[in-house]
Amino acid sequence: MDLNAIEKHTIAVLVDNEPGVLARVIGLFSGRGYNIESLTVAEVNNADHLSRITLVTSGTRMIIEQIKAQLGRLVPVHRVHDLTDEGPAVERELALLKVVGTGDKRIEALRLADIFKAKVVDATLTSFVFELTGTTQQVDDFVGLMAQLGLVEASRTGVVAMSKGPAAF
Amino acid sequence: MSEQKLTGAQIIIKALKDQGVDIIFGYPGGAVLPIYDALFQQNDLKHVLVRHEQAAVHAAEGYARSTGKVGCVLVTSGPGATNAVTGLLDALCDSIPIVCLSGQVPTHLIGNDAFQEADTTGITRPCTKHNYLVKDVNSLARTLHEAFYVARSGRPGPVLVDIPKDVQFADGAYVPPAEVKHKTYRPQVKPEIARIEEAVELIANAKRPVFYTGGGVINAGPFAAQLLTQFVKTTGFPITSTLMGLGAFPASESQWLGMLGMHGTYEANLAMYECDVMINIGARFDDRVTGKLSEFSPGSKKIHVDIDPSSINKNVAVDIPIVGDCGAVLEDMLRIWKARAKRPDQAALKQWWGKIDGWRARNCLNYNRTESVIKPQYALERLREALRGKDHYITTEVGQHQMWAAQFLPFDQPNRWMTSGGLGTMGYGLPAAIGAQLAHPDAIVVDVSGEASFLMNMQEIGTAVQYRAPVKIFILNNQYMGMVRQWQELLHGSRYSQSYSEALPDFVKLAEAWGCVGLRATTVAEVDQVIEKMLAVTDRPCIIDIAVDPKENCFPMIPGGKAHNEILFGPDDSPSDATPEDGMVLV
Repeated sequence: MDLNAIEKHTIAVLVDNEPGVLARVIGLFSGRGYNIESLTVAEVNNADHLSRITLVTSGTRMIIEQIKAQLGRLVPVHRVHDLTDEGPAVERELALLKVVGTGDKRIEALRLADIFKAKVVDATLTSFVFELTGTTQQVDDFVGLMAQLGLVEASRTGVVAMSKGPAAF
Repeated sequence: MSEQKLTGAQIIIKALKDQGVDIIFGYPGGAVLPIYDALFQQNDLKHVLVRHEQAAVHAAEGYARSTGKVGCVLVTSGPGATNAVTGLLDALCDSIPIVCLSGQVPTHLIGNDAFQEADTTGITRPCTKHNYLVKDVNSLARTLHEAFYVARSGRPGPVLVDIPKDVQFADGAYVPPAEVKHKTYRPQVKPEIARIEEAVELIANAKRPVFYTGGGVINAGPFAAQLLTQFVKTTGFPITSTLMGLGAFPASESQWLGMLGMHGTYEANLAMYECDVMINIGARFDDRVTGKLSEFSPGSKKIHVDIDPSSINKNVAVDIPIVGDCGAVLEDMLRIWKARAKRPDQAALKQWWGKIDGWRARNCLNYNRTESVIKPQYALERLREALRGKDHYITTEVGQHQMWAAQFLPFDQPNRWMTSGGLGTMGYGLPAAIGAQLAHPDAIVVDVSGEASFLMNMQEIGTAVQYRAPVKIFILNNQYMGMVRQWQELLHGSRYSQSYSEALPDFVKLAEAWGCVGLRATTVAEVDQVIEKMLAVTDRPCIIDIAVDPKENCFPMIPGGKAHNEILFGPDDSPSDATPEDGMVLV
């Protein structure tokens, strides 16, 4: 195994939903110079005030292990799971894309949206807002195509992920 | 019990008492007045008024490190809290358990840029193990108990609790410590036995072993130090330790190689370089210790015991990682070692000791003994002789004197040596000495100091005088920021940029101005006399100004970016090849 190879990992972190917890996680990454490729967070258990952070990061094997250990020692962190290491996981991203145009370009945008199973969530005579859910690659592909057809604004959630099979976090 | 209504300030006092706090170091201000009022109305908890909040934290560190208890600090909002930041980070770097209470502007003003408002939890987040902002008086007691639990559990560290002034006034319910259990924080204390068994086998088959121990053993308590001593003696192996770990194994034993690292002994560093099995117990492969990472102990199998999983495989990849409390691990190791009736390879060990004795014969701590000027090493040797057999504690500031103290003062017990290791905070030693002295009123407490470091927190003499803490401030005065000067000499062509201590005060007169005893030695013959006089002072602080050789450098030295076998022994070693280009950037 090449110890210096850069690996990309998706890590899920269950934390207490308390003030400052996201700042702790982000501060850890900026303070220690780790990469964050994407990070999403929302409360997932209202009764126990638990939030789930999904983050995509990259680094050598030693760095990835260090990131997990550093996350694990934060006091409000309940659990850290490396979804990349622990076996197959489903990863999805949601994107909202505003495409402005008229005529052929507008028709082509709508056709491609249909192929990608993107939904039209807003329409005017000169614009669409598409909603697309898919893998990061699918979203990238769709964004690449829309860029040539009048894409003026993009908003993406970053990756959320979950392991496959019956085992729960 | 839990129905009892108290004000927030009363809850704080009660929680501190229930946590066993007897001394709190602090400085009042607007945002903590209700707490100071509650302090005024009781007699169990002693408040020690420092002269600067940074010193409050260092004093609490000195108290914590010399007692093994949690040190406690109280500061006001804004500048009170920001002044405490250096101390908090110092405690974080050295894993010292501290609970720091800070006042905050009332809840409704938070975020309004109010007078003396600071985002204290934001500022201290990377400087503490954990911190809290308490907005509800009914969660105050629980939060305080949690803070103490987090501060002392696992790898200890500083915890800050920020308490708005309205919460201090509000009435709320108190809960005792027993009813508070932490939701998430459960550090692994007990090690995996399978790993211990693997380690025992590796240790038993070692040909050239070395124990490399650190502050983790001290933090695990005196019993862990006893177990370490027992295990090391049972194996007959050599042992070295980091700056933080001094005293865990008695320095008077023949198996002790002295400290390792940048200014460690030749025999300790070469034993690390040439060993085949390294047994790291509670040390963290810090850059001061490893030197050039790619050439760090290249031929050894490494066992690493640490309570913090993030310390393992951080800088150095190890073969047998063991997560757990050093005491718990040593207990299991010793038990399995005995149960399996292990005995190391005596022939190999004899050969290994032969090699080590050869390195020892190099006598690396030797220095130019002269009658013409006081060598700092000589002053420390005389201090060592004078303290022999006496109940004493040593603190230091940061710089050359700190390294000389580590080299020349032996420690046979843990919790006797307090120095700023990780952060390297000049100004640490005096307040830390006051904290240690107040915890041990009858012991001798010496702050081995340099004149530059002393100036950084010298206002604390006032604290020492006020509380009749007879600390001895033993200044090795070389009129330079000695370590800066040494690096400038070795690495920057002897261009002593800003490292000369200009406009120094007369330290004897300074002492007298404070009502302390001031002593000075300018000749070799005077050293013993001033030490004797200093030890006779028991009712007030004493400042000892020792005029030492301004040009003396601290050796041995492994320059930045060099390996353990590339040691400079003294001024005759060429400084020109001291450091490779890529080592220059290292600090």
